[in-house]
Amino acid sequence: MTTTALIIVIAAAVVLLGGGAALVLTRSRRQLPPAPQTRQIDRADEAGEPTLISPDPEVPAEPGPAVDEPSAVGTLERPEAPQGRLVRLRARLAKSQGSLGRGLLSVLGRSTLDDAAWEEIEDTLLAADMGVTATDELVSNLRTTLRVEGITDPDQAKAALRAELVRLVDPTLDRTLTSTGTDGKPGVVLVVGVNGTGKTTTVGRLARVLVADDKTVVLGAADTFRAAAADQLQTWGERVGVPTVRGPEGGDPASVGFESVQRGIADGVDVVLVDTAGRLHTKSGLMDELGKVKRVIEKQAPVTEVLLVIDATTGQNGLTQARVFGEVVDVTGIVLTKLDGTAKGGIVIAVQRELGVPVKYVGLGEGADDLAPFDADEFVDALLS
Amino acid sequence: MFDTLQDRLQSAFKNLRGKGRLSEADIDAVAREIRVALLDADVAVSVVRDFIARIKERALGAEVSQSLNPAQQVIKIVNDELIQILGGETRRIRYAKNGPTVIMLAGLQGAGKTTLAGKLGLWLKEQGKSPMLVAADLQRPNAVTQLQVVGEQAGVTVYAPQPGNGVGDPVQVATAGLAEARRTLHDVVVVDTAGRLGIDAELMQQAADIRAAVDPDEVLFVIDAMIGQDAVVTAEAFLEGVDFTGVVLTKLDGDARGGAALSVRSITGRPIMFASTGEKLTDFDAFHPDRMAGRILDMGDMLTLIEQAEKAFDAEQAAKDAEKLMGGSFTLDDFLKQMEAISKMGSMSKIMGLIPGMGQYKEQIENFDDREVDKIKAIILSMTPAERDNPKIIDGSRRARISKGSGTQVKDVNGLVDRFFDARKMMQQMAKGGGMPGMPGMPGLPGAGKRAGAKQKPQQKKKGKRVSGNPAKRAAAASGTAPKDEGANAFGFPAQGDQPFELPKELKDLM
Repeated sequence: MTTTALIIVIAAAVVLLGGGAALVLTRSRRQLPPAPQTRQIDRADEAGEPTLISPDPEVPAEPGPAVDEPSAVGTLERPEAPQGRLVRLRARLAKSQGSLGRGLLSVLGRSTLDDAAWEEIEDTLLAADMGVTATDELVSNLRTTLRVEGITDPDQAKAALRAELVRLVDPTLDRTLTSTGTDGKPGVVLVVGVNGTGKTTTVGRLARVLVADDKTVVLGAADTFRAAAADQLQTWGERVGVPTVRGPEGGDPASVGFESVQRGIADGVDVVLVDTAGRLHTKSGLMDELGKVKRVIEKQAPVTEVLLVIDATTGQNGLTQARVFGEVVDVTGIVLTKLDGTAKGGIVIAVQRELGVPVKYVGLGEGADDLAPFDADEFVDALLS
Repeated sequence: MFDTLQDRLQSAFKNLRGKGRLSEADIDAVAREIRVALLDADVAVSVVRDFIARIKERALGAEVSQSLNPAQQVIKIVNDELIQILGGETRRIRYAKNGPTVIMLAGLQGAGKTTLAGKLGLWLKEQGKSPMLVAADLQRPNAVTQLQVVGEQAGVTVYAPQPGNGVGDPVQVATAGLAEARRTLHDVVVVDTAGRLGIDAELMQQAADIRAAVDPDEVLFVIDAMIGQDAVVTAEAFLEGVDFTGVVLTKLDGDARGGAALSVRSITGRPIMFASTGEKLTDFDAFHPDRMAGRILDMGDMLTLIEQAEKAFDAEQAAKDAEKLMGGSFTLDDFLKQMEAISKMGSMSKIMGLIPGMGQYKEQIENFDDREVDKIKAIILSMTPAERDNPKIIDGSRRARISKGSGTQVKDVNGLVDRFFDARKMMQQMAKGGGMPGMPGMPGLPGAGKRAGAKQKPQQKKKGKRVSGNPAKRAAAASGTAPKDEGANAFGFPAQGDQPFELPKELKDLM
């Protein structure tokens, strides 16, 4: 009788006791692979009590969130206005995504569309990470349209394809960043996502966008987990003269969020941007922590926007990510990053289609100002150009 | 999570049941299902196409077996093929004969290179090496600081002559790092490079320059398990740019199915050497092709479950409880402890999802509300120690008190107590039955070997039959028409031999 067996038995029993699932269990071999060394499941355990008991934010127990004022005001950079960015985005998208558009058009341009041709269209869309469901829908719609309207002309076929893609991306959705608070309080933007999607970079760039719009900003470095994340954010802030509120490494992210909004209210700024630590949506402890960050912030001011950062290279898992984050913190917008690679970012089509959460910004490139507002028509045009 | 390939194939094969042999038409019929499953797992389109072609060939070939039902047979073929491709030649790190071994890390931004450098450092240290990390990522703000912190956590020397943030020449840093390692007698040098895109010619050139300058013994391509179709393009670009010798798959602790592993392996032919499965520096392991195959096919990951369990459980306590369980003296207190340990592993529905074969009960499991666990806990905690030890003493007035104390209804307490007795009985049966549930149709489990294979086959056939009857059974259960006394009969299921047994559906009616 192994421990594992017991565990499974108990898990089964719990579900039985609770919800009443019927279970099928079969016997099997007794030899289990050697146990791996003991590890802790998530860092919520490690952080222990301090994360659970929120200290009075006004009197921080540890060194406390220090606010770093920008050093020399004279050396501040002047971020580029976001309006000019779309042009660059288009040029870049055309370069990186041209292959998708070209592939499709060369197929549609054929005189007859046989099954092999349709399969090719399907494969091309799948290769853009659009996912099986969205692709199937698009292809069957397009097929019907072409047949019903008797379209054989490549140009018309292209227009039909464009219409289908635009319909999937849905230009009617509101894609503006809700960055104005009510009652004179600042707008609070919470940035969330899994590890390594570029949250901190996005927060930094978003700060520049807002500064370029002549808004005052405070950054909250609620990523207290990853080594040097707060430094990274502070570096971004210093470049444009935006103060960063940070806490001790390993401290409670909720208290940092709280502090930064408090500071934002005290300074009378327009927007508080809160960066959070990357977390996989499968870690329930960390997701709870995120829920807490939002709840605690809302004691100061309502969170006006929750942005989920998704990497353009992400595959079908992006959908699960969006769903789980949506459940925990009610995601209101998506930032699609790293679109300058070869990745097509088709997953956002699937995400939007399933969850109705619009893409609001697109991040590309290494530059500090490589964040542009998302535009459905432009996006699709770029796909097809 | 529960919509597994197995379920889909089984429904696709509904009409073929009893045939026991695969015809060309059968295989064509399920090819699409396999294709969808692989695409959903983010396996690249071109790889899927080749893969399906191979499967068709193999399924039609001589390996046709009459002992499996068609769905299981196809899955077995797919699974075997996946393991074969993913596994291929697995190999260890090649250490240099003279002088320090140089390991270079390369990959996209955010793949997890810097974190991996720390993990690798710690792992090498545990292998008795003396590693040194070189901070050649001078691009990302504070990447150097991050490496320093990570190195400190791992207790590994970090060589970081440049502050980074866009300042300094990474090629020079890498070369100097190598010299420094020679001087300070470190025998392994891990060079962390900046994240770069495959199409960024300038940065790829820089990576190639670093490679040329330090002449690494291993170039590890670090790739995120969540990556989608782009994996192929990226892998090709990096293969051309830095000619990597091995692949590391990161963020496997998420629930991405990681089809990229298959894409990269089959396109580049380079072996996947390591898997990184968490945020801690110790969450780093050799790559297990069999587990990956199961994961790509979404077949339920028993081993992950076991690993998670090992982490969450106090083995001694569990062993004690197991004994108690066998002896029938398992109390509510023990149950509470174990339940708490399990809930540390994540949501109950997720854990159940990891147990293979649960797919058929996905509705029930999905409907399971994790708050039920809290409710159960509250009820148990509202009992006196004596009541927990011997729930039989719980009479009417005790029930009323417990329900008040836990903020529940008396019927909830009744239900829990009744179900506890039933469950205890069931657990005892299961425990005597010999252990953990295994999975017919999951032939790739390591340790299964040939020994188990022979035994399993007849069992698998049974499973097919059992499943066939199931929707009807389930419907009956759902409509609540099943008479209760049947439940009592079903409890007396035989626990001998290799018979798979089924928990009575009526059990859930009791609730």
